Amino acid sequence: MHPALSVVFLTTLIGVGQGLFLALFSSQSYTIVNILPAQPGSYYALGGLIALAFLVAGLIASVFHLGRPERAWRAASKWRTSWLSREVIALPLVMALVFVYAVVNWLELDADLYGWGLPGQVALTVGSLGVAATLALFLCTGMIYAAIRFLQEWATPLTVVNYFLLGSASGFAFAAAYAAALAPGMVEFYAGWAIVLTLAACATRIASLVRNARLKRVSNLQTAIGVRHPQVQQQAMGFMGGSYNTREYFHGRSLVFMKSVKWIFLVLVFPVPVLLLWAGLALDSGALLWLAFVVQYVGLLFERWFFFAQANHPQNLYYQVVG
Amino acid sequence: MTQLALVIDLNVCVGCHACVTSCKQWNTSGEAGPLFDDNPYQADPTGTFFNRVQTYEVGEFPCTETVHFPKSCLHCEEPPCVPVCPTGASYKRKEDGIVLVDYDKCIGCKYCSWACPYGARELDEYQKVMKKCTLCVDRIYDLSIPEDRRKPACVISCPTSARLYGDIHDPNSVVSRAIMASGGYQLMPEWGTKPANHYLPRRRTQMTIRADELVRADNPLKKEDIRHDTSKDVTLDDWLM
Repeated sequence: MHPALSVVFLTTLIGVGQGLFLALFSSQSYTIVNILPAQPGSYYALGGLIALAFLVAGLIASVFHLGRPERAWRAASKWRTSWLSREVIALPLVMALVFVYAVVNWLELDADLYGWGLPGQVALTVGSLGVAATLALFLCTGMIYAAIRFLQEWATPLTVVNYFLLGSASGFAFAAAYAAALAPGMVEFYAGWAIVLTLAACATRIASLVRNARLKRVSNLQTAIGVRHPQVQQQAMGFMGGSYNTREYFHGRSLVFMKSVKWIFLVLVFPVPVLLLWAGLALDSGALLWLAFVVQYVGLLFERWFFFAQANHPQNLYYQVVG
Repeated sequence: MTQLALVIDLNVCVGCHACVTSCKQWNTSGEAGPLFDDNPYQADPTGTFFNRVQTYEVGEFPCTETVHFPKSCLHCEEPPCVPVCPTGASYKRKEDGIVLVDYDKCIGCKYCSWACPYGARELDEYQKVMKKCTLCVDRIYDLSIPEDRRKPACVISCPTSARLYGDIHDPNSVVSRAIMASGGYQLMPEWGTKPANHYLPRRRTQMTIRADELVRADNPLKKEDIRHDTSKDVTLDDWLM
């Protein structure tokens, strides 16, 4: 497939936003039971607004993918059958809940909703809804790709798992750097989980690479044109100047380029951020944590580009030779 | 239930692209607006087409044969492009099984084209909506057209009648009988999309001639067999039996 930069940015940016929100919520729930030091509401409010900014940036990026963005509101209608439609509903829902979560924390609204006698129950209630929506959004984003069975590289549960783990890892890495500036007591929690999530994502992403390297194609030229002969060769695709079929489904890069992108993302997304996070923790350096996030995010851009480019559409069987 | 479809006879198609040009002509002139066409007479011409004819070579030289292969939307009975559409712009008509795009609802997200294994959908780069073969839905029901010409433009234009059109759910239709008689098949059946369009395979043209058929047993010339040398001044008497 030809990777669209709009979708590369959309999926990576909302991944950071969702991961950051999960990091904020989990740390806040830890503070209530005194596992982590309590923070002022403004800490979560600002963090929530930053997560919202990532989500909005992703939404803006997605608009560039649409031919007719002014009709985008229609995309919410077919949620019964389309994962894309479900994502279109889930994304604003997450944004709204993250916004409410930030406002509740900013105003430090609180009430003893459940009779526990503990603070932060309103924020955590809104936050739990936000977490449910965030997980649903991860599921929708992953399933948009995993649900297309013709794109065999994507049609695996690993796609959903990777979207969840990679997004969460980058969000926790951002949270670690953010906490280094505002709440040093939380850094260890975020950075530790960022390392765990990055290592888990490393395992599942490599698993998907191994799976894709061993894929057995369902379709071939024989089934594509229905001629049962071992020797079939295309002589002409019917036109010479290119079409949507040759532009949309081919990345047009060399094998060397593809391999380079793969190794760049394998280095930038996994080992380098883990080392930087570990060094940032050991040396108590916020700058290293920022660097860890930036390196991982840049790596994720390569990862997402590769994810799209690697998918081989069966329609390509019909477009092998110009003429 | 009706399922309109094309049946394309690969044994008859000569690869002249008449269906391609007539399809473009009809569909770029309709009320849905033109199909985009960039640099049609310059280098790198490109544009939206609903129908293409491709050419394949089967076998190894010198035992090869050429297969001309027209490809358009197959109007699947289980269209994978329809449920993925987030807006409902992509739909399959209940009354005749034609898969269509509502150009007024399409947001141009391209998701349906990813979900079509045949590459039958093309984005119109000017209107920014997804387009595809409509089976000339604006022609086949047009009562102002003479009844025998209410067929898709590609079917009308085919000079070798390689394209048949009809209802594949009606066992007596010309398409159903052609599928049954000539072993009509579907493309990429492994995906379970159940394409409505079928293809008729190349058939070997063969004639068996036995040795005794090479000599005409009742050849009247035999009756004029020369039994003896002819005389110097040849007369008809020389051939008398």
